[in-house]
Amino acid sequence: MAVEPIIEAHDLRKDFGALRAVDGVNFSVMPGEVFGFLGPNGAGKTTTMKMIECVSPRSEGDLSVFGLDIGSHPREIKRWLGVVPQETNLDTDLTCLENLVTFASYFDIRKEDARARAAELLDFVQLSEKSDVLIEKLSGGMKRRLILARALVNSPRLLILDEPTIGLDPQARHLMWEKLKALQSAGNTIVLTTHYLEEAERLCNRLVIMDHGKILVEGAPADLVRQYAGGDVVEVNHTPEVTACLEEMGARFEVFGDMVQVFSDHPKEVATRLLSTCNPGKIFVRRGSLEDVFLSLTGRALRE
Amino acid sequence: MIPRPTMSSWKVWRRNAAVFFKTYTVNFLPPFIEPVLYLLAMGYGLGMFIGEIDGIPYVHFIAPALLAVSMMNSSFFECTYSSFVRMYYQKAFDAMISTPLSIDDVIAGELLWGATRSLIYSSAMLIVLIIFGVVSLPSSLLIIPFSFLAGLLFSGIAMCFTAISPGIDTLNYPSFLFITPMLLFSGTFFPLSMLPPVLQTVALTCLPLAQVVIIARSLTLTTLSPFFIYSLMWIAFFTAVFFFLSIHLMKRRLVV
Repeated sequence: MAVEPIIEAHDLRKDFGALRAVDGVNFSVMPGEVFGFLGPNGAGKTTTMKMIECVSPRSEGDLSVFGLDIGSHPREIKRWLGVVPQETNLDTDLTCLENLVTFASYFDIRKEDARARAAELLDFVQLSEKSDVLIEKLSGGMKRRLILARALVNSPRLLILDEPTIGLDPQARHLMWEKLKALQSAGNTIVLTTHYLEEAERLCNRLVIMDHGKILVEGAPADLVRQYAGGDVVEVNHTPEVTACLEEMGARFEVFGDMVQVFSDHPKEVATRLLSTCNPGKIFVRRGSLEDVFLSLTGRALRE
Repeated sequence: MIPRPTMSSWKVWRRNAAVFFKTYTVNFLPPFIEPVLYLLAMGYGLGMFIGEIDGIPYVHFIAPALLAVSMMNSSFFECTYSSFVRMYYQKAFDAMISTPLSIDDVIAGELLWGATRSLIYSSAMLIVLIIFGVVSLPSSLLIIPFSFLAGLLFSGIAMCFTAISPGIDTLNYPSFLFITPMLLFSGTFFPLSMLPPVLQTVALTCLPLAQVVIIARSLTLTTLSPFFIYSLMWIAFFTAVFFFLSIHLMKRRLVV
Protein backbone atom coordinates (compact mmCIF):
# COMPACT_ATOMS: atom_id res chain seq x y z
CA MET A 1 0.00 0.00 0.00
CA ALA A 2 1.30 3.44 -0.89
CA VAL A 3 2.23 5.72 1.99
CA GLU A 4 -0.18 8.64 2.27
CA PRO A 5 1.40 12.07 2.59
CA ILE A 6 0.83 13.97 5.85
CA ILE A 7 0.38 17.26 4.01
CA GLU A 8 -0.54 17.74 0.40
CA ALA A 9 -0.88 21.10 -1.34
CA HIS A 10 -1.97 21.68 -4.92
CA ASP A 11 -1.86 25.07 -6.52
CA LEU A 12 -2.36 26.68 -3.12
CA ARG A 13 -2.97 30.43 -3.15
CA LYS A 14 -3.51 33.11 -0.55
CA ASP A 15 -4.44 36.72 -1.25
CA PHE A 16 -4.48 39.58 1.21
CA GLY A 17 -6.45 42.15 -0.74
CA ALA A 18 -4.36 42.88 -3.80
CA LEU A 19 -1.29 41.15 -2.41
CA ARG A 20 -0.79 37.55 -3.43
CA ALA A 21 1.16 36.16 -0.48
CA VAL A 22 1.21 32.56 -1.64
CA ASP A 23 1.08 32.08 -5.36
CA GLY A 24 0.21 28.58 -6.49
CA VAL A 25 2.50 26.31 -4.50
CA ASN A 26 2.62 22.50 -4.69
CA PHE A 27 4.30 20.30 -2.13
CA SER A 28 3.78 17.16 -0.14
CA VAL A 29 5.24 16.13 3.18
CA MET A 30 5.68 12.43 3.93
CA PRO A 31 5.45 10.73 7.33
CA GLY A 32 8.64 10.90 9.38
CA GLU A 33 10.10 13.64 7.26
CA VAL A 34 11.58 16.96 8.39
CA PHE A 35 10.49 19.37 5.72
CA GLY A 36 11.81 22.93 5.59
CA PHE A 37 10.50 26.18 4.15
CA LEU A 38 13.23 28.71 3.44
CA GLY A 39 12.96 32.14 2.01
CA PRO A 40 13.51 35.83 2.67
CA ASN A 41 11.04 37.88 4.72
CA GLY A 42 7.70 38.15 2.99
CA ALA A 43 8.26 35.02 0.88
CA GLY A 44 4.99 33.46 2.08
CA LYS A 45 6.38 30.89 4.52
CA THR A 46 4.40 31.92 7.58
CA THR A 47 1.23 32.36 5.54
CA THR A 48 1.65 28.80 4.28
CA MET A 49 2.15 27.56 7.86
CA LYS A 50 -1.01 29.35 9.00
CA MET A 51 -3.03 27.67 6.30
CA ILE A 52 -1.67 24.26 7.34
CA GLU A 53 -2.57 25.12 10.95
CA CYS A 54 -6.17 25.79 9.84
CA VAL A 55 -6.15 29.30 11.30
CA SER A 56 -5.98 31.19 8.01
CA PRO A 57 -8.36 30.15 5.22
CA ARG A 58 -6.88 29.59 1.78
CA SER A 59 -7.97 31.72 -1.16
CA GLU A 60 -7.71 28.97 -3.77
CA GLY A 61 -6.33 25.51 -4.37
CA ASP A 62 -6.26 22.30 -2.37
CA LEU A 63 -4.65 21.73 0.98
CA SER A 64 -5.12 18.60 3.01
CA VAL A 65 -3.52 17.52 6.26
CA PHE A 66 -3.76 13.87 7.38
CA GLY A 67 -5.85 13.39 4.25
CA LEU A 68 -8.50 15.85 5.52
CA ASP A 69 -9.40 19.14 3.89
CA ILE A 70 -8.37 22.17 5.99
CA GLY A 71 -11.63 23.99 5.30
CA SER A 72 -14.05 21.25 6.31
CA HIS A 73 -12.14 19.47 9.13
CA PRO A 74 -10.17 22.06 11.12
CA ARG A 75 -11.03 20.60 14.53
CA GLU A 76 -9.99 17.07 13.59
CA ILE A 77 -6.75 18.30 12.03
CA LYS A 78 -5.86 20.63 14.90
CA ARG A 79 -6.39 17.80 17.37
CA TRP A 80 -3.20 16.19 16.01
CA LEU A 81 -1.11 19.28 15.33
CA GLY A 82 1.65 20.73 17.47
CA VAL A 83 2.41 24.35 16.67
CA VAL A 84 5.42 26.46 17.61
CA PRO A 85 4.49 29.93 16.38
CA GLN A 86 6.93 32.63 15.41
CA GLU A 87 5.67 34.95 18.12
CA THR A 88 5.95 33.81 21.70
CA ASN A 89 2.36 33.56 22.88
CA LEU A 90 2.66 31.79 26.20
CA ASP A 91 0.05 32.56 28.84
CA THR A 92 1.77 35.20 30.97
CA ASP A 93 -0.80 34.90 33.76
CA LEU A 94 0.30 31.30 34.41
CA THR A 95 3.40 29.36 35.46
CA CYS A 96 5.27 26.95 33.18
CA LEU A 97 3.41 23.93 34.47
CA GLU A 98 0.03 25.70 34.39
CA ASN A 99 0.72 26.75 30.81
CA LEU A 100 1.08 23.15 29.73
CA VAL A 101 -1.82 21.81 31.79
CA THR A 102 -4.18 24.59 30.67
CA PHE A 103 -3.17 24.09 27.06
CA ALA A 104 -3.79 20.36 27.42
CA SER A 105 -7.33 21.10 28.62
CA TYR A 106 -8.08 22.67 25.22
CA PHE A 107 -7.40 19.21 23.76
CA ASP A 108 -9.76 17.48 26.21
CA ILE A 109 -6.85 15.77 27.92
CA ARG A 110 -7.75 14.65 31.43
CA LYS A 111 -6.15 16.65 34.20
CA GLU A 112 -4.13 13.76 35.73
CA ASP A 113 -2.85 12.75 32.30
CA ALA A 114 -2.03 16.36 31.49
CA ARG A 115 -0.03 16.79 34.70
CA ALA A 116 2.00 13.64 34.03
CA ARG A 117 2.58 14.62 30.42
CA ALA A 118 3.54 18.19 31.41
CA ALA A 119 6.12 16.97 33.94
CA GLU A 120 7.58 14.65 31.30
CA LEU A 121 7.78 17.46 28.75
CA LEU A 122 9.29 19.98 31.17
CA ASP A 123 11.98 17.40 31.79
CA PHE A 124 12.47 16.89 28.04
CA VAL A 125 13.02 20.63 27.43
CA GLN A 126 15.11 20.94 30.62
CA LEU A 127 12.74 23.24 32.47
CA SER A 128 11.77 21.01 35.38
CA GLU A 129 13.14 23.44 37.97
CA LYS A 130 11.13 26.25 36.40
CA SER A 131 7.87 24.36 36.74
CA ASP A 132 6.26 26.86 39.14
CA VAL A 133 7.86 30.00 37.72
CA LEU A 134 5.84 32.66 35.90
CA ILE A 135 6.60 33.15 32.21
CA GLU A 136 8.03 36.65 32.56
CA LYS A 137 10.87 35.25 34.67
CA LEU A 138 12.10 33.03 31.82
CA SER A 139 14.88 33.83 29.33
CA GLY A 140 14.16 33.93 25.61
CA GLY A 141 15.60 30.46 25.10
CA MET A 142 13.53 29.03 27.94
CA LYS A 143 10.36 30.53 26.50
CA ARG A 144 11.04 28.94 23.12
CA ARG A 145 11.66 25.59 24.78
CA LEU A 146 8.48 25.88 26.79
CA ILE A 147 6.58 26.61 23.58
CA LEU A 148 8.09 23.47 22.10
CA ALA A 149 6.93 21.52 25.15
CA ARG A 150 3.48 23.09 24.81
CA ALA A 151 3.33 22.02 21.16
CA LEU A 152 3.99 18.42 22.21
CA VAL A 153 1.38 18.27 24.94
CA ASN A 154 -1.20 16.56 22.71
CA SER A 155 1.32 14.03 21.28
CA PRO A 156 0.93 15.53 17.80
CA ARG A 157 1.27 13.57 14.60
CA LEU A 158 2.64 16.66 12.88
CA LEU A 159 4.79 19.37 14.41
CA ILE A 160 4.86 22.79 12.76
CA LEU A 161 7.67 25.13 13.76
CA ASP A 162 7.70 28.70 12.50
CA GLU A 163 11.26 29.92 13.03
CA PRO A 164 11.84 27.84 16.15
CA THR A 165 15.21 29.35 17.04
CA ILE A 166 14.51 32.98 16.20
CA GLY A 167 16.47 35.36 18.41
CA LEU A 168 18.27 32.67 20.39
CA ASP A 169 21.93 32.66 21.35
CA PRO A 170 24.12 29.83 19.99
CA GLN A 171 23.85 27.73 23.17
CA ALA A 172 20.08 27.95 23.23
CA ARG A 173 19.91 27.26 19.52
CA HIS A 174 22.02 24.13 19.79
CA LEU A 175 19.85 22.86 22.62
CA MET A 176 16.75 23.44 20.50
CA TRP A 177 18.34 21.58 17.57
CA GLU A 178 19.22 18.71 19.85
CA LYS A 179 15.57 18.45 20.95
CA LEU A 180 14.32 18.61 17.37
CA LYS A 181 16.82 15.92 16.35
CA ALA A 182 15.51 13.71 19.14
CA LEU A 183 11.94 14.23 17.96
CA GLN A 184 13.00 13.50 14.41
CA SER A 185 14.65 10.21 15.32
CA ALA A 186 11.54 9.23 17.27
CA GLY A 187 9.78 9.28 13.90
CA ASN A 188 7.89 12.59 14.18
CA THR A 189 6.88 14.47 11.08
CA ILE A 190 8.12 18.04 11.31
CA VAL A 191 7.57 21.08 9.11
CA LEU A 192 9.69 24.11 9.87
CA THR A 193 10.45 27.53 8.47
CA THR A 194 13.74 29.22 9.09
CA HIS A 195 16.06 32.02 8.04
CA TYR A 196 19.03 30.10 9.30
CA LEU A 197 20.46 28.10 6.45
CA GLU A 198 22.68 26.13 8.77
CA GLU A 199 19.60 25.07 10.69
CA ALA A 200 17.90 23.84 7.54
CA GLU A 201 21.02 22.01 6.42
CA ARG A 202 21.30 20.25 9.78
CA LEU A 203 17.68 19.32 10.31
CA CYS A 204 15.81 18.96 7.05
CA ASN A 205 15.50 15.85 4.92
CA ARG A 206 13.90 17.92 2.24
CA LEU A 207 13.21 21.59 1.80
CA VAL A 208 11.80 24.20 -0.53
CA ILE A 209 13.12 27.69 -1.10
CA MET A 210 10.30 30.23 -1.52
CA ASP A 211 10.33 33.78 -2.77
CA HIS A 212 7.48 36.13 -3.68
CA GLY A 213 4.93 33.46 -2.80
CA LYS A 214 6.36 30.84 -5.16
CA ILE A 215 8.49 27.77 -4.62
CA LEU A 216 11.76 28.20 -6.49
CA VAL A 217 13.37 24.84 -5.82
CA GLU A 218 12.71 21.69 -3.87
CA GLY A 219 15.08 18.94 -2.81
CA ALA A 220 17.44 17.50 -0.22
CA PRO A 221 19.88 20.13 1.11
CA ALA A 222 22.98 18.30 -0.19
CA ASP A 223 21.45 17.86 -3.66
CA LEU A 224 20.52 21.52 -3.85
CA VAL A 225 24.03 22.58 -2.87
CA ARG A 226 25.52 20.30 -5.49
CA GLN A 227 23.10 21.45 -8.14
CA TYR A 228 23.09 25.21 -7.52
CA ALA A 229 26.35 26.02 -5.76
CA GLY A 230 28.71 23.41 -7.16
CA GLY A 231 30.79 21.38 -4.78
CA ASP A 232 33.01 24.11 -3.39
CA VAL A 233 33.45 27.85 -3.35
CA VAL A 234 36.63 29.86 -3.81
CA GLU A 235 36.47 33.42 -2.53
CA VAL A 236 38.96 36.06 -3.69
CA ASN A 237 39.22 39.83 -3.57
CA HIS A 238 37.59 41.58 -6.45
CA THR A 239 40.23 43.15 -8.72
CA PRO A 240 40.12 43.64 -12.49
CA GLU A 241 43.10 41.30 -12.76
CA VAL A 242 41.23 38.50 -10.98
CA THR A 243 38.09 38.84 -13.05
CA ALA A 244 40.15 38.85 -16.25
CA CYS A 245 41.87 35.66 -15.12
CA LEU A 246 38.60 33.95 -14.22
CA GLU A 247 37.06 34.86 -17.55
CA GLU A 248 40.07 33.44 -19.32
CA MET A 249 39.72 30.22 -17.26
CA GLY A 250 36.04 30.02 -18.14
CA ALA A 251 35.11 29.64 -14.46
CA ARG A 252 31.58 30.19 -13.13
CA PHE A 253 31.78 33.13 -10.73
CA GLU A 254 29.76 35.92 -9.17
CA VAL A 255 30.85 39.34 -7.93
CA PHE A 256 29.55 40.60 -4.60
CA GLY A 257 30.93 44.02 -3.73
CA ASP A 258 34.64 43.67 -3.14
CA MET A 259 34.54 39.89 -3.31
CA VAL A 260 34.35 37.29 -6.07
CA GLN A 261 32.90 33.82 -5.49
CA VAL A 262 33.95 31.04 -7.83
CA PHE A 263 31.82 27.89 -7.87
CA SER A 264 33.80 24.85 -8.82
CA ASP A 265 34.25 21.15 -8.24
CA HIS A 266 38.05 21.61 -8.45
CA PRO A 267 38.72 24.39 -5.97
CA LYS A 268 42.39 23.55 -5.50
CA GLU A 269 43.17 23.95 -9.17
CA VAL A 270 41.30 27.23 -9.36
CA ALA A 271 43.09 28.53 -6.29
CA THR A 272 46.49 27.41 -7.55
CA ARG A 273 46.01 29.03 -10.95
CA LEU A 274 44.80 32.25 -9.36
CA LEU A 275 47.75 32.32 -6.98
CA SER A 276 50.34 31.63 -9.64
CA THR A 277 49.09 33.94 -12.37
CA CYS A 278 46.84 36.78 -11.18
CA ASN A 279 48.10 38.09 -7.87
CA PRO A 280 44.82 37.65 -5.98
CA GLY A 281 45.77 38.84 -2.49
CA LYS A 282 43.56 36.94 -0.01
CA ILE A 283 42.00 33.68 -1.08
CA PHE A 284 39.60 31.32 0.69
CA VAL A 285 38.40 27.87 -0.25
CA ARG A 286 35.32 26.47 1.47
CA ARG A 287 32.55 23.97 0.90
CA GLY A 288 29.46 25.19 -0.87
CA SER A 289 26.53 25.74 1.46
CA LEU A 290 22.82 26.20 1.37
CA GLU A 291 23.46 29.88 1.91
CA ASP A 292 25.11 30.01 -1.52
CA VAL A 293 22.07 28.32 -3.06
CA PHE A 294 19.76 30.65 -1.22
CA LEU A 295 21.56 33.84 -2.23
CA SER A 296 22.03 32.79 -5.83
CA LEU A 297 18.30 32.01 -6.11
CA THR A 298 16.81 34.91 -4.17
CA GLY A 299 19.45 37.54 -4.88
CA ARG A 300 21.27 39.80 -2.47
CA ALA A 301 18.83 42.69 -2.40
CA LEU A 302 17.66 43.48 1.11
CA ARG A 303 14.00 42.67 1.88
CA GLU A 304 11.62 44.94 3.76
CA MET B 1 -22.28 33.20 8.47
CA ILE B 2 -23.77 32.73 11.93
CA PRO B 3 -21.12 31.97 14.58
CA ARG B 4 -21.37 28.49 16.08
CA PRO B 5 -19.63 28.30 19.43
CA THR B 6 -19.61 24.89 21.10
CA MET B 7 -19.38 23.65 24.68
CA SER B 8 -15.60 24.01 24.32
CA SER B 9 -16.16 27.69 25.17
CA TRP B 10 -16.22 26.63 28.80
CA LYS B 11 -12.55 25.62 28.52
CA VAL B 12 -11.70 29.24 27.80
CA TRP B 13 -14.01 30.28 30.63
CA ARG B 14 -12.22 27.87 32.96
CA ARG B 15 -8.83 29.33 32.05
CA ASN B 16 -10.03 32.86 32.89
CA ALA B 17 -11.67 31.67 36.09
CA ALA B 18 -8.47 29.92 37.16
CA VAL B 19 -6.45 33.10 36.68
CA PHE B 20 -9.10 35.14 38.51
CA PHE B 21 -9.10 32.90 41.57
CA LYS B 22 -5.30 32.81 41.63
CA THR B 23 -5.35 36.51 42.44
CA TYR B 24 -8.59 36.54 44.39
CA THR B 25 -7.28 38.89 47.09
CA VAL B 26 -6.97 41.73 44.60
CA ASN B 27 -10.12 40.72 42.79
CA PHE B 28 -12.44 40.32 45.74
CA LEU B 29 -11.76 43.36 47.86
CA PRO B 30 -13.11 46.05 45.48
CA PRO B 31 -16.65 44.66 45.13
CA PHE B 32 -17.03 44.73 48.91
CA ILE B 33 -15.52 48.14 49.52
CA GLU B 34 -16.99 50.05 46.59
CA PRO B 35 -20.68 49.71 47.56
CA VAL B 36 -19.93 50.69 51.14
CA LEU B 37 -18.35 53.92 49.92
CA TYR B 38 -21.27 54.67 47.61
CA LEU B 39 -23.83 53.84 50.26
CA LEU B 40 -22.15 56.10 52.77
CA ALA B 41 -21.53 59.01 50.40
CA MET B 42 -24.61 58.92 48.19
CA GLY B 43 -27.13 57.01 50.26
CA TYR B 44 -26.58 58.48 53.68
CA GLY B 45 -24.74 61.71 52.78
CA LEU B 46 -26.69 62.96 49.78
CA GLY B 47 -29.74 61.00 50.91
CA MET B 48 -30.08 63.25 53.96
CA PHE B 49 -31.04 66.14 51.70
CA ILE B 50 -33.12 64.11 49.32
CA GLY B 51 -35.08 62.09 51.83
CA GLU B 52 -37.42 59.96 49.78
CA ILE B 53 -38.06 59.31 46.10
CA ASP B 54 -41.52 58.01 45.17
CA GLY B 55 -42.08 57.19 48.81
CA ILE B 56 -38.93 55.12 49.28
CA PRO B 57 -35.77 56.13 51.18
CA TYR B 58 -33.05 57.40 48.84
CA VAL B 59 -30.57 54.75 49.95
CA HIS B 60 -33.07 52.03 48.99
CA PHE B 61 -33.59 53.81 45.67
CA ILE B 62 -29.91 53.77 44.67
CA ALA B 63 -29.03 50.32 46.06
CA PRO B 64 -30.35 48.45 42.96
CA ALA B 65 -28.67 51.04 40.71
CA LEU B 66 -25.35 50.30 42.40
CA LEU B 67 -25.92 46.63 41.60
CA ALA B 68 -26.74 47.43 37.99
CA VAL B 69 -23.68 49.64 37.60
CA SER B 70 -21.52 46.91 39.06
CA MET B 71 -22.92 44.39 36.55
CA MET B 72 -22.13 46.82 33.76
CA ASN B 73 -18.66 47.82 34.87
CA SER B 74 -17.36 44.37 35.76
CA SER B 75 -18.41 42.79 32.48
CA PHE B 76 -17.80 45.77 30.22
CA PHE B 77 -14.25 46.39 31.40
CA GLU B 78 -13.45 42.68 31.36
CA CYS B 79 -14.43 42.34 27.71
CA THR B 80 -12.83 45.59 26.60
CA TYR B 81 -9.46 46.24 28.25
CA SER B 82 -8.82 42.75 29.63
CA SER B 83 -9.90 40.93 26.49
CA PHE B 84 -7.93 43.39 24.38
CA VAL B 85 -4.80 42.66 26.39
CA ARG B 86 -5.32 38.92 25.97
CA MET B 87 -6.00 39.28 22.27
CA TYR B 88 -3.43 41.89 21.27
CA TYR B 89 -0.57 41.81 23.76
CA GLN B 90 -0.62 38.26 25.07
CA LYS B 91 -1.69 36.73 21.72
CA ALA B 92 -3.68 34.32 23.84
CA PHE B 93 -6.42 33.88 21.23
CA ASP B 94 -3.83 32.94 18.59
CA ALA B 95 -2.48 30.26 20.89
CA MET B 96 -5.96 28.95 21.65
CA ILE B 97 -7.10 28.67 18.04
CA SER B 98 -4.08 26.52 17.22
CA THR B 99 -5.81 23.86 19.35
CA PRO B 100 -9.17 22.25 18.50
CA LEU B 101 -10.86 25.41 19.84
CA SER B 102 -12.38 27.61 17.14
CA ILE B 103 -12.39 31.38 17.28
CA ASP B 104 -16.14 31.16 17.98
CA ASP B 105 -15.43 29.05 21.07
CA VAL B 106 -12.73 31.44 22.28
CA ILE B 107 -14.84 34.59 22.02
CA ALA B 108 -17.92 32.90 23.46
CA GLY B 109 -15.76 31.77 26.39
CA GLU B 110 -14.62 35.36 26.94
CA LEU B 111 -18.23 36.57 26.88
CA LEU B 112 -19.36 33.90 29.33
CA TRP B 113 -16.50 34.84 31.60
CA GLY B 114 -17.48 38.55 31.42
CA ALA B 115 -20.99 37.54 32.44
CA THR B 116 -19.59 35.47 35.29
CA ARG B 117 -17.60 38.43 36.58
CA SER B 118 -20.80 40.41 36.63
CA LEU B 119 -22.37 37.64 38.70
CA ILE B 120 -19.43 37.46 41.11
CA TYR B 121 -19.20 41.22 41.66
CA SER B 122 -22.88 41.94 42.00
CA SER B 123 -23.36 38.96 44.30
CA ALA B 124 -20.57 40.24 46.53
CA MET B 125 -22.21 43.64 46.50
CA LEU B 126 -25.59 42.11 47.24
CA ILE B 127 -24.20 40.65 50.45
CA VAL B 128 -23.14 44.12 51.58
CA LEU B 129 -26.53 45.58 50.69
CA ILE B 130 -28.32 42.81 52.58
CA ILE B 131 -26.15 43.52 55.64
CA PHE B 132 -27.07 47.21 55.41
CA GLY B 133 -30.70 46.16 55.13
CA VAL B 134 -31.39 48.28 52.05
CA VAL B 135 -32.75 45.52 49.79
CA SER B 136 -35.82 43.29 50.27
CA LEU B 137 -35.58 39.55 50.63
CA PRO B 138 -36.05 37.04 49.17
CA SER B 139 -36.82 38.71 45.80
CA SER B 140 -33.36 40.34 45.79
CA LEU B 141 -31.76 36.94 45.48
CA LEU B 142 -33.02 36.85 41.88
CA ILE B 143 -30.34 39.49 41.27
CA ILE B 144 -27.82 36.63 41.16
CA PRO B 145 -29.12 34.83 38.03
CA PHE B 146 -30.16 38.14 36.50
CA SER B 147 -26.65 39.57 36.86
CA PHE B 148 -25.35 36.81 34.57
CA LEU B 149 -27.79 37.78 31.82
CA ALA B 150 -27.08 41.50 32.24
CA GLY B 151 -23.36 40.76 32.28
CA LEU B 152 -23.64 38.81 29.05
CA LEU B 153 -25.36 41.82 27.45
CA PHE B 154 -22.60 44.24 28.44
CA SER B 155 -19.89 41.70 27.55
CA GLY B 156 -21.30 41.42 24.03
CA ILE B 157 -21.44 45.19 23.61
CA ALA B 158 -17.90 45.48 25.00
CA MET B 159 -16.54 42.77 22.70
CA CYS B 160 -17.94 44.62 19.67
CA PHE B 161 -15.90 47.66 20.67
CA THR B 162 -12.84 45.47 21.28
CA ALA B 163 -13.22 43.93 17.84
CA ILE B 164 -13.19 47.29 16.06
CA SER B 165 -10.77 49.18 18.30
CA PRO B 166 -7.43 49.79 16.56
CA GLY B 167 -5.53 50.07 19.84
CA ILE B 168 -6.09 49.85 23.55
CA ASP B 169 -6.25 53.65 23.89
CA THR B 170 -9.22 53.96 21.57
CA LEU B 171 -11.21 51.85 24.04
CA ASN B 172 -11.34 55.04 26.11
CA TYR B 173 -13.98 56.35 23.69
CA PRO B 174 -16.71 53.86 24.57
CA SER B 175 -15.70 54.08 28.23
CA PHE B 176 -16.12 57.84 28.45
CA LEU B 177 -18.69 58.52 25.75
CA PHE B 178 -20.95 55.51 26.28
CA ILE B 179 -20.49 54.07 29.76
CA THR B 180 -20.16 57.31 31.74
CA PRO B 181 -23.24 59.06 30.31
CA MET B 182 -25.20 55.86 30.67
CA LEU B 183 -24.14 55.66 34.29
CA LEU B 184 -25.73 59.07 34.89
CA PHE B 185 -28.88 58.98 32.76
CA SER B 186 -30.31 55.51 33.26
CA GLY B 187 -32.52 56.13 36.26
CA THR B 188 -29.60 55.36 38.51
CA PHE B 189 -29.28 58.30 40.91
CA PHE B 190 -32.59 59.97 40.04
CA PRO B 191 -35.78 58.60 38.40
CA LEU B 192 -36.03 58.58 34.61
CA SER B 193 -39.25 60.58 34.95
CA MET B 194 -37.22 63.65 35.90
CA LEU B 195 -35.60 63.73 32.46
CA PRO B 196 -37.19 65.71 29.60
CA PRO B 197 -39.63 63.42 27.68
CA VAL B 198 -37.30 63.10 24.67
CA LEU B 199 -34.43 61.89 26.81
CA GLN B 200 -36.75 59.55 28.66
CA THR B 201 -37.68 57.92 25.39
CA VAL B 202 -34.03 57.69 24.36
CA ALA B 203 -33.11 56.08 27.69
CA LEU B 204 -35.98 53.61 27.53
CA THR B 205 -35.28 52.55 23.97
CA CYS B 206 -31.50 52.79 23.64
CA LEU B 207 -29.74 52.55 26.99
CA PRO B 208 -29.02 49.01 28.16
CA LEU B 209 -28.27 50.19 31.69
CA ALA B 210 -31.74 51.79 31.97
CA GLN B 211 -33.30 48.37 31.35
CA VAL B 212 -31.00 46.67 33.83
CA VAL B 213 -31.80 49.28 36.50
CA ILE B 214 -35.55 48.76 35.97
CA ILE B 215 -35.23 45.02 36.53
CA ALA B 216 -32.80 45.33 39.44
CA ARG B 217 -35.01 47.90 41.18
CA SER B 218 -38.10 45.75 40.72
CA LEU B 219 -36.24 42.88 42.38
CA THR B 220 -34.70 44.71 45.33
CA LEU B 221 -37.85 46.72 46.15
CA THR B 222 -40.23 43.85 45.31
CA THR B 223 -42.38 46.26 43.31
CA LEU B 224 -42.90 45.33 39.70
CA SER B 225 -42.16 48.21 37.33
CA PRO B 226 -44.67 48.59 34.47
CA PHE B 227 -41.65 48.24 32.18
CA PHE B 228 -40.49 44.98 33.77
CA ILE B 229 -41.51 42.63 30.96
CA TYR B 230 -40.48 45.12 28.27
CA SER B 231 -37.02 45.59 29.80
CA LEU B 232 -36.48 41.88 30.26
CA MET B 233 -37.38 41.23 26.62
CA TRP B 234 -35.17 44.11 25.54
CA ILE B 235 -32.22 42.65 27.46
CA ALA B 236 -32.78 39.11 26.19
CA PHE B 237 -33.08 40.25 22.59
CA PHE B 238 -30.02 42.50 22.54
CA THR B 239 -27.93 40.01 24.51
CA ALA B 240 -28.47 37.52 21.70
CA VAL B 241 -27.76 40.16 19.04
CA PHE B 242 -24.51 41.39 20.57
CA PHE B 243 -23.38 37.88 21.48
CA PHE B 244 -23.38 36.80 17.86
CA LEU B 245 -22.39 40.16 16.41
CA SER B 246 -19.31 40.42 18.62
CA ILE B 247 -18.14 36.92 17.66
CA HIS B 248 -18.68 37.79 14.02
CA LEU B 249 -16.69 41.03 14.31
CA MET B 250 -13.88 39.33 16.20
CA LYS B 251 -13.65 36.64 13.57
CA ARG B 252 -13.41 39.31 10.90
CA ARG B 253 -10.56 40.90 12.81
CA LEU B 254 -8.60 37.78 13.72
CA VAL B 255 -9.16 35.30 10.92
CA VAL B 256 -7.41 36.66 7.86
